[in-house]
Amino acid sequence: MLADALLLQLGYNATLVTIGAALLGIASGVAGTFLFLRKRALVSDAISHATLPGVGLAFVVMVAMGGEGRSLFGLLLGAGLSAAFGLLCVQWLTDRTRLGEDAAIGAVLSVFFGFGIVILTVIQTMNAGRQAGLEGFLLGSTAGMLRSDAILLAVSAALVLALVVILRRPLGLAAFDPGYAEATGWSLPRIDLAMMGIVLVVTVVGLKVVGLILIVALLIVPPVTARSWTERSDHVVIIAGVVGGVSGYVGAASSATAPALPTGPIVVLVGFAIFLFSLLFSPRRGVLASLLTHLRYQRRVHVRQGLLALAQGQPIYEVLTRRLLERAGLVLPDGVPTPAGQAAASKALLDETRWAIVRGDQAYALAATRYDGLTPIEDVLTPDQLTEVDGKIDAPQVVA
Amino acid sequence: MGAEFVALSLPPILIGVLVAVACALPGNFLLLRRQALIGDAISHVVLPGIVVAFLVTGLIATGPMLLGAAAAAVIAVIAIEAVRRLGRIEAGAAMGVIFTAMFAGGVLLLEQSDTSSVHLDVEHALYGNLESLIWLDATGWASLLDPAALAGLPVELPRMALALVVIALFLWLFWRPLALSTFDEGFARGLGIRTAPLGLALVIMSAIAAVAAFDAVGSIIVIAMFICPPAAARMMTNRLGHQVAWSVVFAALAAVLGYVLAGYGPLWIGADASVSAAGMIATLSGIILGVAAVAGPHRTRNG
Amino acid sequence: MNISLVTSQDTDLATRAASPLAVRGMTVSYGQTPAIFSVDMTVRAGAMTAIVGPNGAGKSTLLKAALGVIAPLAGSVTVFGEPMADMRDRIAYVPQRASVDWDFPVRVIDVVMMGMYRKLGLLGRIRGQHKALAQECLGRVGMADFAHRQIGQLSGGQQQRVFLARALAQEADIYVLDEPFAGVDAATEKAIIAVLQGLRDAGKTVLAVHHDLATVPDYFDDVLLLNTQVVAAGPVAEAFTEDNLQAAYGGRLTTARADPESVAG
Repeated sequence: MLADALLLQLGYNATLVTIGAALLGIASGVAGTFLFLRKRALVSDAISHATLPGVGLAFVVMVAMGGEGRSLFGLLLGAGLSAAFGLLCVQWLTDRTRLGEDAAIGAVLSVFFGFGIVILTVIQTMNAGRQAGLEGFLLGSTAGMLRSDAILLAVSAALVLALVVILRRPLGLAAFDPGYAEATGWSLPRIDLAMMGIVLVVTVVGLKVVGLILIVALLIVPPVTARSWTERSDHVVIIAGVVGGVSGYVGAASSATAPALPTGPIVVLVGFAIFLFSLLFSPRRGVLASLLTHLRYQRRVHVRQGLLALAQGQPIYEVLTRRLLERAGLVLPDGVPTPAGQAAASKALLDETRWAIVRGDQAYALAATRYDGLTPIEDVLTPDQLTEVDGKIDAPQVVA
Repeated sequence: MGAEFVALSLPPILIGVLVAVACALPGNFLLLRRQALIGDAISHVVLPGIVVAFLVTGLIATGPMLLGAAAAAVIAVIAIEAVRRLGRIEAGAAMGVIFTAMFAGGVLLLEQSDTSSVHLDVEHALYGNLESLIWLDATGWASLLDPAALAGLPVELPRMALALVVIALFLWLFWRPLALSTFDEGFARGLGIRTAPLGLALVIMSAIAAVAAFDAVGSIIVIAMFICPPAAARMMTNRLGHQVAWSVVFAALAAVLGYVLAGYGPLWIGADASVSAAGMIATLSGIILGVAAVAGPHRTRNG
Repeated sequence: MNISLVTSQDTDLATRAASPLAVRGMTVSYGQTPAIFSVDMTVRAGAMTAIVGPNGAGKSTLLKAALGVIAPLAGSVTVFGEPMADMRDRIAYVPQRASVDWDFPVRVIDVVMMGMYRKLGLLGRIRGQHKALAQECLGRVGMADFAHRQIGQLSGGQQQRVFLARALAQEADIYVLDEPFAGVDAATEKAIIAVLQGLRDAGKTVLAVHHDLATVPDYFDDVLLLNTQVVAAGPVAEAFTEDNLQAAYGGRLTTARADPESVAG
């Protein structure tokens, strides 16, 4: 069944929804990257929670106008309007009061959501039975969707993706280099407005798929994951798009296999699994790689400091330093250096002396920037330069 | 009023006030530390904690569920910190990753296991059922002095009172180091205050509030009370002690007015049923914040 | 460099016991490049010492690591020969102004009281004598009239004076200041230096990160030139030489002289 779903063999509706979810995932991964790089990731959480009163009010209005109240388009329109109002509130609280953006986000999301719940309970008493389906907006449900809804979803997801692709230049500029963006005549507030508009559209389109509580994950997890793999901003965008697309595709497809399987949680968990793998095992920024590098670095620092102390006849206070030197066969257990230790110590001292000269001499300004206390000077200077440096060492001044 | 009020309205109002104050107290420090959204994250992960506790013990018992929720909150806080440090990712994004993943895991477990027969569902976790916490043994105001009737009080009331006492004691005891490390962490560390464990303790206190409150009122009111009353209070004064006092007043006000409006408001305008009290309390706290943001004497920076 | 003259562990022990603040082998690293590397520092009792060096030399890092505000990769710190943890009461600290949340709801007098928190403990009652001391400390920095203002309403120089008053309220033996003159007005700079010299004349020890090379000889007795490592240390007359400055600043010396603020931080 799951294999069928992943291969789009579950019928026309499910296929449409799955493709739509994948397109939406790509769009949100890309849009989320810009949001993440502007350090405003959680604004999307306020936006998504702020859709709830809109959904409820739209239903009430549609019923009052004699409709059935279940038109997906109408509900999403209401969601968009109230989300926009929520976004305005966040902006106003941040700009006009002393509250930070985090407090503004938290206040808006909880108050709008609370008000949305009030409206939902009103609807429950108003027309028992007819409101079925609004809960689907909390956690997302794509199973048993109407054909027209599936088409609406796929088309709007494609439109959002197109919008993101069209606006990628100014958005990228604002995210990666806001100073340059302004210098070249872009208006940052206007780009930010466009970015928030896209986030808002992604959220609204994603409501039925992922649900308003979890849609924020679709915007945050992909860029955070992509960040583990690359330092290059253009690559972050692409990887985030792929992660988002895969999450949406797998989530929607597997949700179609069983009616009780809410789409949102699966989409989020697929994305989270990719994130976790990246966090732990990515070769450059991964936890495992960083841990190994840090331990190696700490050991090198201690050995180097120990050697310098030996060379200058200073006592070594730290246990770790002594243990490392001992294990490397550089000192004996009583703290006396071995011949190998003596050789290494004088080499380290010579290295430091040479570095001191290089760093004090403007002629070597470029080489001096590579000083980190550990790099042997031979790696930085040519043999000719070394000879020149050595010429400046006059014996009595040999200090660290 | 009288008997009906004491039996049906007094316990939920009291519980609502206790919840609101218990959340608003630590919320003051979270707000000043720019950690307001920690409350958001904590209250989302309460659900997976409870589901796992249920799956492990097979019981719908308060003890294991509270433990499970508390454990989930602590795990979430540690995971957020780990992602932030290890992945070198800003706090907001790290929070977004962790709480959505844990919440999603909780929902999936819930849907996949046979919990349909028991009183455990997502909607309940989100907005609770404050209105159902009634005191059947009460016959009138005199019941407040009757030990037999008092024994029949909803168990959420003493539980919430206990949580509030623990939180208030913590803040009273650690007021100075908390204030100092929030204002000037470098100086606090220079005095030898261990700021990292202190920060964790504050978050654990917030988790206690969220977990104890959750069963009665759901997550949404918890998030609102962590943030809205302290935020409104910050705009009323420039002194920490006064801010905390204002936040307590605002929290209690929102709880009482919200409950009354939810229960009686619809009747006043001719409708026949009440609306969600939790939702209304959150709405009221937002209105209070709105008023403070427009008219509070210290609403802008350095004003 | 003073420590290279020390040859035996016993002599160094004696040196450290006499010093209000002695640092040995301190390395701090943010990521894979050291901010400071293998730094030794022996502060002389009863003197005013400046830590001087170019931007990014690790001056503030050295202070913070010495006080245990940040964790070093390697290194040990003693206060009069004893471990730092037992001697915190004898150290007063003035952090960088930029590191603080100035929007915090607190009054000037409350900030000064924070200097007494170690003495007061968690719940010790604030009595008249404590308030009087706080008020007196504010008076010493010329801020007595501002006691009930919110801290965020003060100018940069006034905030710095309040920070100094808080350090005075600690009634310590060693005063450690991180860029006390960064971004303050001339009047404040004068007031602060007068207070610090008063402390020195009363037998206290002062250690400050400083960025204005021109005023070093006027303000300080000793100097430690830092550029990731210690370049030179000792009395100003001996250590603050053209050669040593050149060694510490390299090509940036001219800029540092012309525009001291450019090397602040």
